[in-house]
Amino acid sequence: MTTLQVNGRTQQLDVDPSTPVLWVLRDTLGLTGTKFGCGAALCGACTVHVDGQAVRSCVTPISSVSGRQVTTIEAVTADDRVGRAVRDAWVKHDVAQCGYCQSGQVMSATAFLKSLPRGQQPAAADIDAAMAGNVCRCGTYARIRAAVADAARALV
Amino acid sequence: MLNPALHELPRALQNLLARDDNPATLAALPRRAFLKLGAASGFALGLYPLAARSQAAAEPLKPGQQPSAFVAIAADGTITVTVNRLEFGQGVQTALPMILAEELDADWSKVRSQLGTNQPAYADPRFGMHLTGGSNSIKHSFTQYRELGARARAMLVQAAATRWGVDAASLRTQDGAVLGAAGQRLGYGELAAAAMALPVPAKVALKDPAQFRLIGRPTSRLDAAAKSSGQQDFGIDVRLPGQLTAVVARPPVFGAKLRALDDTAAKAVKGVKAVLRVPLDRGAEGVVVIADGYWPAKVARDALKIDWNTDAAEKVDSERQLAQYRALASQPGAKHFDADMAPLAKAPKKIEAEFVFPYLAHAPMEPLNCTVALTEQGATLWVGSQMPGLDGMAAARTLGLKPEQVAVRVQVAGGGFGRRAIPSSEYVVEACAIAKAAQTVGLKAPIRTLWSREDDIKGGYYRPMHLHRAHIGFDNSGKVLAWDHVIVGQSILTGSPFEGMMVKNGVDVTAVEGMRAPYPLPMRLTVHHPKQNVPVLWWRSVGSTHTAFVMETLIDQIARDTAQDPVAYRMKLFGDQHPRHRAALQLAVDQSGYGKKNLAAGRAWGVAVHESFESVVAYVVEASVKDGQPVLHQVTAGVHCNLVVNPRTVEAQVQGAALMGLGMCLPGAAITLKDGVVQQSNFGDYVVARITDMPAIAVHTVPSADPPTGMGEPGLPPLAPAFANALARLTGKALRELPFKLV
Repeated sequence: MTTLQVNGRTQQLDVDPSTPVLWVLRDTLGLTGTKFGCGAALCGACTVHVDGQAVRSCVTPISSVSGRQVTTIEAVTADDRVGRAVRDAWVKHDVAQCGYCQSGQVMSATAFLKSLPRGQQPAAADIDAAMAGNVCRCGTYARIRAAVADAARALV
Repeated sequence: MLNPALHELPRALQNLLARDDNPATLAALPRRAFLKLGAASGFALGLYPLAARSQAAAEPLKPGQQPSAFVAIAADGTITVTVNRLEFGQGVQTALPMILAEELDADWSKVRSQLGTNQPAYADPRFGMHLTGGSNSIKHSFTQYRELGARARAMLVQAAATRWGVDAASLRTQDGAVLGAAGQRLGYGELAAAAMALPVPAKVALKDPAQFRLIGRPTSRLDAAAKSSGQQDFGIDVRLPGQLTAVVARPPVFGAKLRALDDTAAKAVKGVKAVLRVPLDRGAEGVVVIADGYWPAKVARDALKIDWNTDAAEKVDSERQLAQYRALASQPGAKHFDADMAPLAKAPKKIEAEFVFPYLAHAPMEPLNCTVALTEQGATLWVGSQMPGLDGMAAARTLGLKPEQVAVRVQVAGGGFGRRAIPSSEYVVEACAIAKAAQTVGLKAPIRTLWSREDDIKGGYYRPMHLHRAHIGFDNSGKVLAWDHVIVGQSILTGSPFEGMMVKNGVDVTAVEGMRAPYPLPMRLTVHHPKQNVPVLWWRSVGSTHTAFVMETLIDQIARDTAQDPVAYRMKLFGDQHPRHRAALQLAVDQSGYGKKNLAAGRAWGVAVHESFESVVAYVVEASVKDGQPVLHQVTAGVHCNLVVNPRTVEAQVQGAALMGLGMCLPGAAITLKDGVVQQSNFGDYVVARITDMPAIAVHTVPSADPPTGMGEPGLPPLAPAFANALARLTGKALRELPFKLV
């Protein structure tokens, strides 16, 4: 049994401890908002927060996050002030095209904005650096840039 | 064995493709949309919709048969529009409802949308088959969805007239309600049941486009909120009771077979239900692991000990292949264009150029998947498919069912770019073969076959590798005297159901689209289609992914070699023809400041314009070279796609297509093979564009009231040549290979 904290709830899991967090979220807990893109921490589609840090869940075994707080897109965009601001900016800018990578994009953007001192506005190059690990094949990057900057302004 | 209906496909498509723009025919089409679906079903694709028209008498719809395949109005006024396409980013799931809601006078805040199925009603009204591709969704369904909306509106008005005992002509509609002259008002939700029981009107008047209030308005996507909060379900997210996951070990060489299998370790993995041999695409054999989740299935697959038999499989090697293509290019192939090449020898100026383009994987962000549930009655498939009709028929053949026993529920897809429109239905057939094999060992649960990213990158169906060779003779004014051109590349459509229609005189039209036009060039174009053991497929903008690069860099080079401005030279070639090209290019020029603005030091302008899928996109770009690497700074787009339905979507499609076009230029954007084995495996070695590659893009559209043309693809082709043309001005060296090699 592995004990996991997911979105504030304790989960007892009878799953091989080497199983990546991604597949426990998706196949065991039914939290399908977190996406499978590459399985190798190369695209960022599976990004979740572990104790507030952006983590690629596809290469993170559940054994390594036992006792730590795992937060997914479902909770971040519902309950978190920064996450909601990012979600609202994403909607306002109509960022999504196919939308498949956007859970991971929103999670990376949220972790990035949370890492800034409150009210600090990120430089364009810092936004790019923070989002460079998230691939979008539709090419929504221009709107991602605008939405991250907009969310930061909304959080002042 | 070909299903008779499938066998009919090329001829049927040929008939329909004869540009059936007869207004009477078009007007007749939407009527069947209101029929109860069963009445028009039967999957006689070869006959549909021609046969269906004769059945489309205006029979009354019964309440609760809800009916109409395309629009459902709930009692609370919520309007659900069914979209006859795959939504995979291009925004039709919003644009088609906008078109319908426009004529319906719906309250947009109450409009929802859903995707359709493989039912005949959802076929492309011009193609007669289910297809999301060729940037056709809006172009082919604009009139269809307008008429659907207008007919539904007329029925609602009639229902209100009957209720109030007044003449329908005295009523008007606004924001989801019918309004009477005496101040009466009934919401559509209150009228829907009565309205749907009425006969479908044969003729309806459409709005004057000047009255449009939704069409042309920048509109947020209906799926924006769901896709920004993890709430949007894709095919990969389908969860059925008891569902199992299948992961497949496919051979390292296309078409190879199994010699021996040791599955002891795989079967020992907890959660594994079965390990089975399965037939794969192109006569190959593979091994499938079926488990209660992806991870155990993947772990078990990796634990399989397989001795592959690749003896009989041709082993493609990219270096050898390039040499072979070069040898082929030295001889003329099958003729597509002809012209007198005699002036070539004595032309005062000449260009001899060779271009090389690699295989490209589509790599949509959502890995390929297909979920299959078998029942005693038939099968249901959940799949993000661009061709659910063909896929349904392929599933039926694989499963030994009649076509009408297979239901395909089209799922929102995480990108596709052509990879989900497979004439062979390869990954759908594979998923069905797995479900069938599972059934033989007593596994009756629904099975989702899921590809890893490595499976996807190595899985073939690439944009074909191409080699172009051009010999051009021109005079000092830039007048081309003779242009001798050879293209070498695999045919995408030979051997597919589309061959009869789209491979003519030995030339696959998808290999040559975008050549010569719009320029008045004396061109001889011949084509070689060598067979290679690498499956190939259309990739966003298809032939124009390479032809636009060749044409637009060569035209630019002629301008440079004759000391002419590249914009002025193109305009001179257009003459008084090609008004849409002229307008798009002029718009990009005007908005970019080309020729007026002083560029930052180290930057140069680049220009390209290209028509694909009946839309024209011109780019004016600013680029530089930094630390030996090309950098694209600024892109200004001039777009001509006629009437713009949703400006936000057109902007997004151009931004995205431009970025994908830029992606073709990046080092590592290539699939290569060695000894038959694909050398790339994931986003680490198959490079795709990231946010740090994204230039600033400004998108401008030429105002037009003409019926809309598509925008899913046309933004891609001119980007790479515009970038290359800027770099050529900086370095003096023409770039003739993708991805770019500056040294």
